Amino acid sequence: MRPLALHPLAWWAWALALAVAATRVSDVRVVALLLAAVVAVVILRRDDSPWARSFPAYLVLGGCIVVVRIAFHVVVGIKSPGTVVLDLPRVRTPDWAVGIELFGPVTTTGLATAAAAGLRLALLVVCFGAANALANPKRALRALPASLHHMGSAVVIAISVTPQLVAAAVGVRRAQRLRGTPQRGARAILASAVPVLTDALDRSLALAASMDSRGYARTLPGRSDRRVGALLLLALLSAAFGTYALLAGSSVLQAAGMLAAGAAAAVVASVLAGRQVQRSRYRPDVWGRPETFVALAGTVAAGLLIASSGATGQLLLAAAGAAFAAAPALGSRRFA
Amino acid sequence: MNRTALRMEHVTVTYPGAARPVLRDVCLEVPEGELCLVIGPTGAGKSTLLRTACSLVPHFTGGTLAGRVLLDGRDTRDHLPRDLADVVGVVGQDPAAGFVTDIVEEELAYAMEQLGLAPAVMRKRVEEVLDLLGLAALRDRPLSGLSGGEQQRVAIGAVITAQPRVLVLDEPTSALDPAAAEDVLAALTRLVHDLGMTVVLAEHRLERVVQYADRVVAVAADGSVTDGTPQDVLATAAVVPPIVDLGLLAGWDPLPLSVRDARRRAPALRARLAPGLARGMDVPTTPSPEVLTARDVHVHHGRLASRRRPGPGSTAESAPGGAGVHAVRGVNLTLRAGDVVALMGRNGSGKTSLLWALQGSGRRSRGSVQVAPGPSDVGPEHADPARLSPRDARRRVALVPNTPQDLLFRDSVAAECAEADGSAPGTTRALLDDLAPGIPGQAHPRDLSEGQRLALALAVQLAATPRVLLLDEPTRGLDYAAKRHLAEVLVRHAAGGGAVLLSSHDVEFVAECASRVVVMADGDVVADGTAAEVLVSSPVFAPQVAKILHPLPLLTVAQARRAMERTP
Repeated sequence: MRPLALHPLAWWAWALALAVAATRVSDVRVVALLLAAVVAVVILRRDDSPWARSFPAYLVLGGCIVVVRIAFHVVVGIKSPGTVVLDLPRVRTPDWAVGIELFGPVTTTGLATAAAAGLRLALLVVCFGAANALANPKRALRALPASLHHMGSAVVIAISVTPQLVAAAVGVRRAQRLRGTPQRGARAILASAVPVLTDALDRSLALAASMDSRGYARTLPGRSDRRVGALLLLALLSAAFGTYALLAGSSVLQAAGMLAAGAAAAVVASVLAGRQVQRSRYRPDVWGRPETFVALAGTVAAGLLIASSGATGQLLLAAAGAAFAAAPALGSRRFA
Repeated sequence: MNRTALRMEHVTVTYPGAARPVLRDVCLEVPEGELCLVIGPTGAGKSTLLRTACSLVPHFTGGTLAGRVLLDGRDTRDHLPRDLADVVGVVGQDPAAGFVTDIVEEELAYAMEQLGLAPAVMRKRVEEVLDLLGLAALRDRPLSGLSGGEQQRVAIGAVITAQPRVLVLDEPTSALDPAAAEDVLAALTRLVHDLGMTVVLAEHRLERVVQYADRVVAVAADGSVTDGTPQDVLATAAVVPPIVDLGLLAGWDPLPLSVRDARRRAPALRARLAPGLARGMDVPTTPSPEVLTARDVHVHHGRLASRRRPGPGSTAESAPGGAGVHAVRGVNLTLRAGDVVALMGRNGSGKTSLLWALQGSGRRSRGSVQVAPGPSDVGPEHADPARLSPRDARRRVALVPNTPQDLLFRDSVAAECAEADGSAPGTTRALLDDLAPGIPGQAHPRDLSEGQRLALALAVQLAATPRVLLLDEPTRGLDYAAKRHLAEVLVRHAAGGGAVLLSSHDVEFVAECASRVVVMADGDVVADGTAAEVLVSSPVFAPQVAKILHPLPLLTVAQARRAMERTP
């Protein structure tokens, strides 16, 4: 028996729904509640994998965002009236430097607004981090349609090459010390860059040879489909016109229609292109009831949270939403 | 009737810009179900022959191919490597470099996914291969956490799931300790014997594989190729394993290729050698001065330790959950002037960590190391290399790491030599000419053969005139001639008042050059004694000659020859 992770797209659906909700919620208490829910789910559901261990880094990044947002408010923000916490003198930059006003009295309301805005941005980042921590990024890429398979492989290799490059750089610097070469300055950088880069090149050639001889990029002979190109062109054009219509403020229905037509053309092209790639998937992730539950929990939570803003009894609605967001924490690991 | 799995008809391969072909008019026929061993000196074109056999030459590497290569009836001229994935499987020297996924099971399925096999078929074949290669317990493990032997078996499994007719391997055991190499070779013979697969294999350490081979293909330095039964080819070949050398010395015909066959005929030889041996016992000399003294050396790798200074050795990364690894546990070691000491033990037993700790640039969590000054050094009598600057430390104790190319960063051999010379121009070049004569100064270090690159790195380190020389796995990829030359150089360095400590898996090389052997396991020293004491009695580390002539304390053919000459 081995623990079987949930389908990666389920976690992505959950996290994306909460991220959308995060952009629509303004009350700082609701944002904090949602943040707590996301963190709780990650702590209870993550496993001991490198990508799961990266989650604290996202929390730190979120903290930095809040701090930077408040610092910006203190330095250049428009100061709102209210109880003054810190009375800084106003400094006016000279006219040749645009002539803006820096600093000024910092008030509690101003600080609260800045913190709330920062917290909302942080929540977005944490949602992204949560999806990354809960869903193996490589398995998520495996769920790509067949036509995008080659691109997916390239991304997977790029992901695994980066740590190798770091390890190679560390190894080479250590070896250079054996030669007694200085560890600082341009010469040292050159001395370690050359072996690292040649090593990386050798490695990629070995990998390419291995992939090639194991059948990567095999195509069915003599069947190149012209319809794919035509459909992709159509999809691109309708996407461009649709976006223009949306931004220009003309009929929303028209714009939506254009965008939908473009998306449909892209899907058909992808299916046609996928037919040329002959490949199958080993033990694909299954989408079962737990996956539906996780995705639904995210969507319902998002719906409740968006509805809560401005409605009567909004805190009650928001609390219910956060509870839904945290619900996946109750799920247990499945076994195969 | 046997079908032909691989047929080469008048194949000549020339790389772009090369003056002469790498392979010249090769005609070869390998029937189905044979284990075919490719031998030859370094740089002779063994790898090219293997890559030609799986259509990577010329499709992937470039170059011109004349003649015809047929794989199970398919011409490589009309088929790209990817179109031959179900006919031929390729495993390279460094299995980790060829991994595409990160989990054992997914790696095994990768080739089948590319072929578009049905999920049910894939699942069945993965389970079969897991059992066949003894990988079932590792199925969920990340590939980066496996040992070298396990990685190599996964790499073999990853190509045989596509059920190719031919398996091509380029030095599959060169980085493995003797026990792991046995595992890989046992897996290969199982594929040949049970599944009728054809295996084409290049290997420098013939003593490991020659007994399993049905056919030997010898690639000469000029690119011509001869093939035949192992006995026929080896009787006249330039490179032979010790067992063949001993067989020639004893005049055995036909030549035995396995230790078992040789032992059956050995009683007469043992009786001939024993009297000469009793006569020529070495007289123990007075102990020479200590040049390196290590007391109670401990090395820890791990999360907390690696944050400040990442330690060498691969064990740190593979530690589960990032917990610390106690790689070296209280080692005491003394090197005297004139010592050539071999450090042996399985992969991950702490050899590399110990070497780096002794040099002073690796981590050392506890203990002391004292090294005598080099001949050109005017520093204090004994000093701790970790306290000295890297420049001063290497004038006492120099280390050649297991990837010698990491030491090299200039774009020509001449520039490397000039860089290493310091105050005395020409010293490095002179050392290099002594180690490996005839390397052109304008050659790029990357284009050198393994042996030449090691010689260059060694010359660079010897230019600092260190008292103690440390080498980590120096024999990787070296042929017999290069190894013999390296052994001479090391013995000469020791005879000049220095000391050498080298880690190696290559028991034949250790028998050739080491006066003392230290065996490590799990960070402890478990044996320390003369080469004869440690190697003769060990089931894993005994060289072929010792296995054949047991219980006589003889390790190499040269020793046997001397004993024979002393016999009245």
